[in-house]
Amino acid sequence: MSGRELLFWADAIVAVMTAGVVILHRNPVVCALSLVLHLCSVALFFLLLDATFLFAVQIILYAGAIMVLFLFVIMLLDPAGEGVAGRAGKPQMALTLAAAAALLAVMARALPGLEKGGGAAALPEGFGRIDGMGRLLFTEYLFPFEVASVLLLVAMIGALFMGRKEAD
Amino acid sequence: MVPFGSALMVSALLFVMGLVGVLIRRSALVILMGIELMLNAANLAFVAAARHVGSMDGQLFAFFVMTVAAAEAAVGLAIVIALFRRRRTTDVDQVSFLKW
Amino acid sequence: MSGSSALVLEGLLKVAVVLAAVMTVVGNIVLVERKVAGWIQDRVGPNRAGPWGLLQPLADGLKFIFKEEIVPASAHKTFYILAPALSLTAALTTFAVIPFGERFVIFGRAIEPIIADLDIGLLWIFAVASLGVYGIVLAGWSSASKYSLLGGLRSSAQMISYELSMTLSVVGVLMASGSLRLADIVSAQAGSVWNAVSQPIGFLVFLTSAFAETNRLPFDLPEAEPELVAGYHTEYSSMKFLMFYMAEYGNVILSSCLMVLLFAGGWHLPFVEGWLQAAPAGVAGLAHFAIFCLKLTFFLFLYIWVRWTLPRFRYDQLMNLGWKVMLPLALANVVWTAALILAGWV
Repeated sequence: MSGRELLFWADAIVAVMTAGVVILHRNPVVCALSLVLHLCSVALFFLLLDATFLFAVQIILYAGAIMVLFLFVIMLLDPAGEGVAGRAGKPQMALTLAAAAALLAVMARALPGLEKGGGAAALPEGFGRIDGMGRLLFTEYLFPFEVASVLLLVAMIGALFMGRKEAD
Repeated sequence: MVPFGSALMVSALLFVMGLVGVLIRRSALVILMGIELMLNAANLAFVAAARHVGSMDGQLFAFFVMTVAAAEAAVGLAIVIALFRRRRTTDVDQVSFLKW
Repeated sequence: MSGSSALVLEGLLKVAVVLAAVMTVVGNIVLVERKVAGWIQDRVGPNRAGPWGLLQPLADGLKFIFKEEIVPASAHKTFYILAPALSLTAALTTFAVIPFGERFVIFGRAIEPIIADLDIGLLWIFAVASLGVYGIVLAGWSSASKYSLLGGLRSSAQMISYELSMTLSVVGVLMASGSLRLADIVSAQAGSVWNAVSQPIGFLVFLTSAFAETNRLPFDLPEAEPELVAGYHTEYSSMKFLMFYMAEYGNVILSSCLMVLLFAGGWHLPFVEGWLQAAPAGVAGLAHFAIFCLKLTFFLFLYIWVRWTLPRFRYDQLMNLGWKVMLPLALANVVWTAALILAGWV
């Protein structure tokens, strides 16, 4: 097993454990912090998969901005965690777990088929680097890129509208 | 070299965990976090596939997913704040009606 | 000694040297800050410990170590202890990609004065720095005190807001140099004018945002002492408080380094460069390092100067400035730089 593969499995354990804490822990602040750790472990996955630019974006955007926003809202609304909403009732829990197990089983059955077609392709020069990403983004993916910017604008206006103080 | 199949399996497992989180939690904030888990799992699959195929399109998809996630988080959190202002709760089971 | 173990040794040595240097500067800049403050306010400043108060950093350090460690009874212990460590780690890790000068030769071995020459160097700094917010937010939340919480809330909002304009103000620099590696950015400026000259707006935005990101006056609302006692570190004492303190000054040094490298030509000076090329290699390397330190000192002094000159902003003014002035200005800088590049001036 190569060093990279070893690192991958170690990281996978961290990712699964932190994800478990996110969905199970009662305190939302602990959930959010665990999610930050999870996002960093996903960033490490990106690094191991030769996506250096996405590694940086993942940490800056997800861990550094979105999750701070989450923590900010949690601390703003309910700093002491008094109104902590717990988990769903037993029947819903059982149904959920059954559905999740079924979904996992289906994916476990389907995914190995994708691996066929030999080993990984040779990587082109500058794979995953910022210049290559930028070039693709501004040529082939120009339209989706512009649409994404409009989406962000709409989201910003929407968030401002939802979050504004009521007139009454 | 990270094996493609194991990366996909990890991604599938994380996705299902996120789904479970969305379904069993009642706090709107933690439900949003579950959605983030699922989006990240999808991103992992995209990036692993990009590495496997040797083309950067998968990475760009992950990039766009992150953009959407940022928009989703902003609007979602604004909704949670608006909800909390009105109802003093973030428990989704207590706001299951359409009108008040 | 084989090649790879020599490489490991070299890396470890670099880490040790950089950490020691940063820590020394942190210790002494506190003294310098108090001296300059005294000078600006027309008083003497610390003068009791050693000649001219030079041993003051040592006395401060000893005092911190011997203070009582207090953990508030209602604090969330794990996060309470984790927070200062996180702050300091984030502040120090960023120095890994800072180059301190040109490559130089010592004992027949060419050494790059940088710990890790990543090609996404600048992104690495922003990534790690954005994780540093958690130290402050966690400290605010885990202390279970309203002053800490308010400080933590303020700083998270402030840092997210100013991170945007800070990142955007750097975009102009990236356009001009076409690289994220800091050494490349420096050499791009050596070929033409300093970025501070060609992009004055970008420089101004970066400077302002850097002050806000490091929570320094006039933007030190997260720890505004008249209203919040001490903000997010109200409940901290002894070494844990010292770690926050070191993290703050570490960030100050880091952003001064960034200003030197991104906007002020790094280790180059106009006019003397040709003369330095002719000088022997060792002298040139030393001179480059000296120039870097000189510029760094100037920006560190600027930090102190501003702190003791300007009054504090009100919170709504701070937010208005960030979103309604700095962000549009940073965008304008991008357009301006694009025009410069189109006109062929950069």
